[in-house]
Amino acid sequence: MTVYGDIDEVPTRPAGDGTRLTHEIRAEEDLLSARHTVREATLRAGFGLVDQTRIVTAASELARNAYVHGGGGILVIEPVQRDGRHGLRLRVSDDGPGIADLDAAFTDGYTTGAGLGHGLGGARRLMDEFEVRSAPGQGTTVTAIRWNGPR
Amino acid sequence: MNGGTRGGVPILRLGDVLVTGLLNELDDKGALAFTEELTERIVADRARGVVIDISRLEIIDSFVARTLMELTTTSRLLGSRVIVAGMRPAVAITLVELGLRLSGVETTLNAEQGLRALGWEQTLVPPAERGAR
Repeated sequence: MTVYGDIDEVPTRPAGDGTRLTHEIRAEEDLLSARHTVREATLRAGFGLVDQTRIVTAASELARNAYVHGGGGILVIEPVQRDGRHGLRLRVSDDGPGIADLDAAFTDGYTTGAGLGHGLGGARRLMDEFEVRSAPGQGTTVTAIRWNGPR
Repeated sequence: MNGGTRGGVPILRLGDVLVTGLLNELDDKGALAFTEELTERIVADRARGVVIDISRLEIIDSFVARTLMELTTTSRLLGSRVIVAGMRPAVAITLVELGLRLSGVETTLNAEQGLRALGWEQTLVPPAERGAR
């Protein structure tokens, strides 16, 4: 198991009404509906327009990665809070081949698929906290949080 | 995006310029269909320029960015100039943070300025009507 990044799980807990949304990514159409689901969650969490756009774009990159490289997966969207701050957590898991070289996967321009090679590194820049867990043959799980308010 | 039509934005011809747009519901298939249809129309209509209004696009991810860049290059090879018009500010901020500069893609604030860049100023906005707009 290779781990990139570190999200402190312990003090992060469900926030708001605790609505946890799960979205399957099995077909190309799911990429579009996943974006809608994330957009709704950002609205409910009270994010401004630019943050909404950042989070939905990051979700789009992560969902596409899971679809293209992981053969599909699951997106979980959850409002969280820590130290009085509220945020939104995205977690995308797939059962694909895993990422052999995580450092390379974060490099802009590195691609094994149809994108521009900015997917993973770009999504990391759009979010405040970012963690990737992957092992050959055991899939990949990406967790990302964006906090609301000044950072 | 559903079947034959890709989301309902027609490609209009104004003289030797094509005008079209992208809707927010753009998925991967729709983006590829758009590229094919537009490049065919460029040749069929002998268009020397294309204005693509993207003011309805609420996000541009790396796939859509790549589509726009490839479409611009393909059109240039055909001899046509593509102008991407009306990007939302939040989309521009996000694209920069993503690390995507849309290199080589010409942009304008809105479709009207895109048309003006392609030489449509007098036709579109006669000076006498400017005050009324």
